[in-house]
Amino acid sequence: MAKDKFSVKKAFRDGLFDQNPIFVQLLGMCSTLAVSTSVFNGIGMGLSVTFVLILSNLFISMLRNLIPSKIRIASYIVIIAGFVTVVDMVLQAFIPSLAESLGLFIPLIVVNCIILARAESFASKHGPLPSMLDGLAMGIGFTVALVIISAIRELLGSGTLLGFKITPQSFSPAVLLISPVGGFLVVGGLIALVQWIKSKSRSKKED
Amino acid sequence: MANIFLLALTALLIENFVFVKFYGICPFLGVSQKTDTAVGMGLAVTFTMTIASALTWSLYHFVLKPLHIEYLETIAFILLIACLVQFIEMFLQKAIPSLYSALGIYLPLITTNCAVLGVALLNIQNSYNFIESVIYGFFAGLGFLLAIFLLSLIRERFEFARIPKPFQGVPIALIAGGLLALAFSGLKLSF
Repeated sequence: MAKDKFSVKKAFRDGLFDQNPIFVQLLGMCSTLAVSTSVFNGIGMGLSVTFVLILSNLFISMLRNLIPSKIRIASYIVIIAGFVTVVDMVLQAFIPSLAESLGLFIPLIVVNCIILARAESFASKHGPLPSMLDGLAMGIGFTVALVIISAIRELLGSGTLLGFKITPQSFSPAVLLISPVGGFLVVGGLIALVQWIKSKSRSKKED
Repeated sequence: MANIFLLALTALLIENFVFVKFYGICPFLGVSQKTDTAVGMGLAVTFTMTIASALTWSLYHFVLKPLHIEYLETIAFILLIACLVQFIEMFLQKAIPSLYSALGIYLPLITTNCAVLGVALLNIQNSYNFIESVIYGFFAGLGFLLAIFLLSLIRERFEFARIPKPFQGVPIALIAGGLLALAFSGLKLSF
């Protein structure tokens, strides 16, 4: 553990590119597909997940020597569920419109694989400060990916960005893209694009 | 009776959990390469969702509500589901070892399947009664089984298809899922 020294730069590069939760690790697909119909929802979901990730990573890392390894997953889930309940209540109280459009996907952050994956693979092995930074980096990577997906879907599907009309009057939006079908197609296309870029850069290195 | 029938049909087809509501996408993509494991996973999820619907409904109405701690539903439900999955795992290991070894690592994964927690929360949100909750859970589970079975049939054919390299694996599965979702959205329109 002492060998792989934690570097902030690497954590952020992993979160944004090399280990991007959505495009590379393919985690958290349910909420990705469901909430990426508008950029506002995407940002809201991304920030909620980031908040839960940072705090759950912090607490799991602080408690990592106290939790017996046999019941660790159950303990992690309880910690995560606690913070998700906080987010749920705060959103309902202060941004009810967002809480309504995200709906059940706020409580379902509990079973978002990204958070459990970071708890298991990072926070349970590192100190509190690196764990928080890791949570922040992964959360930002998740948010950025969500914003990219939702920007494509909102722009082409309803002709707006963050609710403002962008496209000219003559453009008739492809409503298909904000329907569930569009979610599958856009995310599939983007992951293929990421894999194509990766194979390109790999073959360049080999030359 | 007609009410129950409509509820079942809605959960199974019109508002299919995978294609319309986006619950349970992770196992839908992760465990759909082979038809037999896909069906095994689908059956295990259906079973868990049915029992979880009954148990979480009882927990909410007999424990959380009298104590006025409804806001703890997420924590209480996920704990109950985790215990239930553990229990099913132990039971299968003892009673039906063949099914247990066939499902293997997919069993613990059911805990983090958002379809299970999703159906529990939906039952409360839509204020279904006990019978409706169990019916809804069972048919939503069957809807998941149908979805993962259909996708696995398509993905088995991909093994012999020449798919462009960047699209191999998950991307083409997502696109196939999207086309299936298109068919299901047609069902929604016709009702």
